[in-house]
Amino acid sequence: MSTQAETQGSSSEQAAVPAGCPFHQQEPASYPMPRTCPFDPPPALRESRANNPLTRVRLWNDQVVWLATRYDDVRSLLSDPRVSADSGHPGFPGQSPGMQLMRKNYRTFMSMDPPEHGFQRRMLTAEFTVKRIEQLRPRMQEIVDGCIDAMLAKGPPAEIVEDLTLALPSFMICDLLGVPYEDQDFFQSRASIIASSKTPPARAAEVAKELCDGYIGDLIDRKNTNPQDDLLSRVVVAQYQTGKISRQDLISMARLLLVAGHETSANTMGMGILTLLENPDQLKFLMDDPSLLTNAVEEILRYVDVAHSGRRRTAMADIEIAGVVIRSGEGIIAHNPSANRDVRMFEDADRFDIRRNTSGHVAFGYGVHQCLGQPLARAELQTVFGTLFRRIPTLRLAVPFSELKFKDDMFVYGVESLPVSW
Amino acid sequence: MRVLIDQEKCCGAGQCVVAAPAVFDQGEDDGIVLLLNAEPPAELHDAVRQAIRVCPALAITIEE
Repeated sequence: MSTQAETQGSSSEQAAVPAGCPFHQQEPASYPMPRTCPFDPPPALRESRANNPLTRVRLWNDQVVWLATRYDDVRSLLSDPRVSADSGHPGFPGQSPGMQLMRKNYRTFMSMDPPEHGFQRRMLTAEFTVKRIEQLRPRMQEIVDGCIDAMLAKGPPAEIVEDLTLALPSFMICDLLGVPYEDQDFFQSRASIIASSKTPPARAAEVAKELCDGYIGDLIDRKNTNPQDDLLSRVVVAQYQTGKISRQDLISMARLLLVAGHETSANTMGMGILTLLENPDQLKFLMDDPSLLTNAVEEILRYVDVAHSGRRRTAMADIEIAGVVIRSGEGIIAHNPSANRDVRMFEDADRFDIRRNTSGHVAFGYGVHQCLGQPLARAELQTVFGTLFRRIPTLRLAVPFSELKFKDDMFVYGVESLPVSW
Repeated sequence: MRVLIDQEKCCGAGQCVVAAPAVFDQGEDDGIVLLLNAEPPAELHDAVRQAIRVCPALAITIEE
């Protein structure tokens, strides 16, 4: 890990021009910025890290907010008690009409501040401890082996997003929550419609009602009448039946649990497989030395960081940072994928290197809102990357790289489909 | 080295357990940080410092 002092003078992000004053900037850049390489965050973010680490950007709804791109600033803002995650503030950077609605009508602890946040989050923390998740590993291994068996039995080519990377998190979520696997398509497709910035507000509202008040409401009522040995039933019994959480809040919490660990994990796996295929030297290191697995997964998390929409917050006081003052009430986007490519933190940060020191990456966020499901995501990723290339060592892309399509305009980044052969 | 934890601040992310499993654990009932060894031997000091660096809730401190 390199310190800022060490990288000064030699950094690839050295400012080409003197740092610009954000208040004299030209028109704020439109956000999100376009990518030029499917593996790298938009080049404008690198530019921002060098010249304007706190910069003003314009969102889809014409709202102008601050964008933080450097590692230190991202961590500092996300752990600052003067920075609120409550999406109810007028300055909060809206994600899409659907997400704005969800965050208003179906609030979860993701958009609550302490102490309310901790009260609800702690209803779930025991379910996601490192030890509890460890116990799920045999089941994960069974699912991954089953998916690979099916791929091998069918013969090449295979579409690995459908056949493996979406399947594993889907099975795990359904197992864990006690939800019928057949319902996956329904609730994941509805979640995507809600998250998309292209969905008109009225349609988003209709779909949100169908998913939350309809499907999830019914699910909770079933658990309430007939609790089983699953996470949702345990929360219903311990929290809902004792009056610690309202039905509406429980619906919102269940929605978060159903969708939060799906595309995030699946897309990290898909992008990780592609990254290893495109970096055969790194894949060889991993295959030759399985003890690199844990760090390889951390490097995949750092390098592909699929949460490209950025963490959204509002300043609750004037905050002086990186030579600017964020005024109370102004919106902030802390860009974790950009932070993970900051050469002040990670040497040669744009290089994929499974042997580097990955410690401190912020792919799971930072501050009290850091991903609750991270032990689950890590275990899933470790199972996939510890199994796939061992069982299919000749795995390769079945189409030219240029034919791959990426989820540039989706809430979670990823590759749309990944046809492979062997 | 003396390790101090703040269970009020803890958000149960489990990063400390991954970094220093001989020093930190999570409560079975609430997932909140537990201290297994408040005065860890020298060979664990780096792991404890690592846990401090990655704790997202800034819930671990040390006195040296």
